[in-house]
Amino acid sequence: MSKPEKDHAALSDVFTKDTARVDWHDETLWWIRAKRDNAAQQLPEWESLRTQASLIKENVLSRLDTYLLEFEAQAKKNGIIVHWAKDAAAHNQIVYDILQQKDLKQMVKSKSMLTEECHLNEFLAEKGVEVIDSDLGERIVQLAKEPPSHIVLPCIHKKKEEIGEIFSEHLGTPAGISDPKILTETARNHLREVFLTRKVALTGVNFAVAETGEFVVCTNEGNADMGAHLSEVHIAAMGIEKIIPRREHLGVFLRLLTRSATGQPITTYSSHYARPRAGQEMHLILVDNGRSAQLGREDFRNSLKCIRCGACMNTCPVYRRSGGHSYHTAIAGPIGSILAPNLDMEKYADLPFASTLCGSCSNVCPVKIDIHNQLYKWRQVLVKAGHVDPKKVAAMKLMSFTLSNTKRFVLAGKAGRMVMKYAPFAVNNSMNLWYKQREMPEPPAQSFRAWYKQHGNNE
Amino acid sequence: MSKAEILAAIQRNKPALVELPAAFMPFEAEKQDLKESFSGMVNQIGGQVLSVEHWQDIEAYVHQHFRSDERVITTITHLNPPFEGVDPDVDPHDLADISLAILPGHFGVAENAAIWLTDDQLGIRVLPFICQHLAIVIRQDQLLANMHEAYDRIGTANQAFGVFIAGPSKTADIEQSLVIGAHGARSLLVFLLQ
Repeated sequence: MSKPEKDHAALSDVFTKDTARVDWHDETLWWIRAKRDNAAQQLPEWESLRTQASLIKENVLSRLDTYLLEFEAQAKKNGIIVHWAKDAAAHNQIVYDILQQKDLKQMVKSKSMLTEECHLNEFLAEKGVEVIDSDLGERIVQLAKEPPSHIVLPCIHKKKEEIGEIFSEHLGTPAGISDPKILTETARNHLREVFLTRKVALTGVNFAVAETGEFVVCTNEGNADMGAHLSEVHIAAMGIEKIIPRREHLGVFLRLLTRSATGQPITTYSSHYARPRAGQEMHLILVDNGRSAQLGREDFRNSLKCIRCGACMNTCPVYRRSGGHSYHTAIAGPIGSILAPNLDMEKYADLPFASTLCGSCSNVCPVKIDIHNQLYKWRQVLVKAGHVDPKKVAAMKLMSFTLSNTKRFVLAGKAGRMVMKYAPFAVNNSMNLWYKQREMPEPPAQSFRAWYKQHGNNE
Repeated sequence: MSKAEILAAIQRNKPALVELPAAFMPFEAEKQDLKESFSGMVNQIGGQVLSVEHWQDIEAYVHQHFRSDERVITTITHLNPPFEGVDPDVDPHDLADISLAILPGHFGVAENAAIWLTDDQLGIRVLPFICQHLAIVIRQDQLLANMHEAYDRIGTANQAFGVFIAGPSKTADIEQSLVIGAHGARSLLVFLLQ
């Protein structure tokens, strides 16, 4: 595999150029985080719910094979055609084969981060298949030829004026319109036409129940249902970790999911698909794509508990100020930074470092994934595997050399103060990354050690 | 091929068995007025609740708010023509110009205003999504406190399709501005039947 063209730091530089936009992005996501807090605080049993969800997922991970087989058997009994895909390529091929069997070249798709992960749209485009994303935010970024920047809020990085321009170019709205109501109405009419004319619809899956063979899809817009119920062929794609043992467990997860994601008590639609409607074909693809490998990484397997709510992104001080695209992977933010290196250590070696390790992500996670610990552990793994910039490794070694010995530490402090006092230009320049966007502090007259020696024993 | 490989990898990599936790016990809530909390929640998420005594009250409401040339469809046999019934064999695409669908729901959930509907009540699955406006009728004594009670009630029922609907369709994808009426129904009216 290969290194990314630009790493998280370089891509963040692109986003942070526009300071006003960064502030707006930061505040908007923090506002969603505040809504999440408000929703969580309405439920006295919130913390117990998180624990319960985490324990259920723990059980799922320890019996994943059994549950998958139970789910497959039930789903087949229900008349669903079940496929297994070990990786992205296999998944994409299965979708394409279904389209080819039906001789169809057009498909409507609702939100599925899995298909983003598998780059399905690009694959199908090369084969001459037109895919239209039907979630409003996803349609916007699709028209803008960008990937989603957030798993729940795909175009959170875009201003309404930019969306107005995109709609004017592609959907024929008059130039200069940026009213969200008008833009949404335009998309509603445009996509209604799509829903009514497409014969294949692909949806994601939020939860799949082993006991019953049904799968649940949650949306606010109703786009998954419009696509699926008007289609002749419904394809649902899910990561194998989306399995839950019993129907009753949906009670736990549906209470947590949307409150964590947007602060709503539940999505508008929580659709339970068990059997295709008369005359319809229903396919379900179980996708591994690295998940079974992550299951074997003891330190990181808990990341498979993720229910894709996005709470860790909304609260992350790095994500909020660097934007989703800086993560150069389908799932951005703290959880994405744990998932991505599992797929390709070299390409995503930068991501576990895109964190302050403040732990806010772990505190809001509805299934209690210890996200910040895992980010910290990935750093060790990546350095040992030689995937980290040698300059960073050298700097860390120098730091460790200095901090591990009192004499060296005292000397380094003295040197630092001297430089800042007599040769500030040596640090106040663009070679010093700490100087970027901030002034260096005035050097203190003496070190704390010296001050303490002078004042500490006065009693 | 994929299946055997995936299962083998899981068996190789999975952790030692962790038992399922005991069923979740929600905290004992203070005795709440379910009708009041349910109605408050419906309003909060952009819907509307009307308490009605008789089926005729629903008919009267519809006649007052929808023109006679608008297509109003229902699966409720208690409601009298001129409402259109749902032919289960109809092409779902023919429902694209429905103004109002009036459907029965099994029960409502007070904590989130979600109402449970299943295939047999929908007639055609796409109906509550494709209609411009949606009205759901539930009996006032069919209100539950939370989602745990909801799934207790659903139990092992074997519906082909079931959906919780909470409010009208909506999106906030453009600068987080809430817009009601994304792809599904533009409004939701809940008739609470006494």
